[in-house]
Amino acid sequence: MSTKNWPLWEVFVRSKNGLEHRHFGSLHAADADMALENARDVYTRRNEGVSIWVVESKNITASNPEHNGEMFEPAQDKVYRHPTFYDLPDEVKHM
Amino acid sequence: MKQNLYNYILGIADNSLILGQRMGELCGHGPSLETDIACTNISLDLFGQVRSYFQYASKLAGDGRTEDDIAMLRQEREYVNVLLVEQPNTDFAYTIARHFLFDVYHLLFLTELEKSKDLTLSAIAKKCIKEVRYHERFTSDWMKRLGDGTAESKAKIQEAINDLWTYTDELFHQTKADKAMVAEGIGVDVTKLKDAYYEKVNEVLTEATLETPESKYFQKGGKKGIHTEHMGYLLAELQYMQRAYPNMEW
Repeated sequence: MSTKNWPLWEVFVRSKNGLEHRHFGSLHAADADMALENARDVYTRRNEGVSIWVVESKNITASNPEHNGEMFEPAQDKVYRHPTFYDLPDEVKHM
Repeated sequence: MKQNLYNYILGIADNSLILGQRMGELCGHGPSLETDIACTNISLDLFGQVRSYFQYASKLAGDGRTEDDIAMLRQEREYVNVLLVEQPNTDFAYTIARHFLFDVYHLLFLTELEKSKDLTLSAIAKKCIKEVRYHERFTSDWMKRLGDGTAESKAKIQEAINDLWTYTDELFHQTKADKAMVAEGIGVDVTKLKDAYYEKVNEVLTEATLETPESKYFQKGGKKGIHTEHMGYLLAELQYMQRAYPNMEW
């Protein structure tokens, strides 16, 4: 018997029209078609979605946690990069 | 009571009930987490269909028999499912082959049942057909993957198809209830589905690079309540709770 594992896929689901696809999780499948069907069975059987994307995990390039310092921390001490110095009129909602 | 209609509904629903039970047996035992969930989902689809049929049957009976009574408390000889659906999950190839051979029939059947003069049956068919279209897609895909996969998977799925082939002809046998319901424009004339069935099965088998069996020897009996030796064990598991704790609810 073959013991080779199926490759890993990442699953993105759009929960309703107008919203963006969001990462739901991952699963194993032999190819893209099977990944879609598996995603349907694993993640969208309780009305969770109207559209599914699957991407083989190896195609995702991720940032290295070891580089978090130079990647993300410089943003933290520069408050002037955030638009927080405006007085918002009361009429403007949802900001 | 409309006895013919009642028996006719049981003839449809028992197939889904017994096949659903077989697929449910794989819960926690599927070959991979993903296929395990897929098989269990299909099982739940089938049980959902069974509930619609038995609720209708219970109403027709009108004597206090509930959907659970009809599903759980009959004797083996009173179940009228075809022999095909009670065959065991010998391995994944058998599981897929059995389901595929039933799905092709099931989809053709429901497409016709949707035109029934009985509005309840027509509505149930309409609801079920989307689910069954997915089942057929799922099992047809797996037929092709296994047939056109490795030498080992091909040998196994071919063996499963060869073994289960003998149970396919029974799908197209008419019972007394069938004939009565066809005459009233309520039932589906299954004899007319036969050509389309073998054509579709052959098409998938060819694409899966598998041989279509040529055997003309077929088993029958399920529709009359005469089952294979596997049925008793299946019912023992299906009925255990209701027999051990009568009327239990949760």
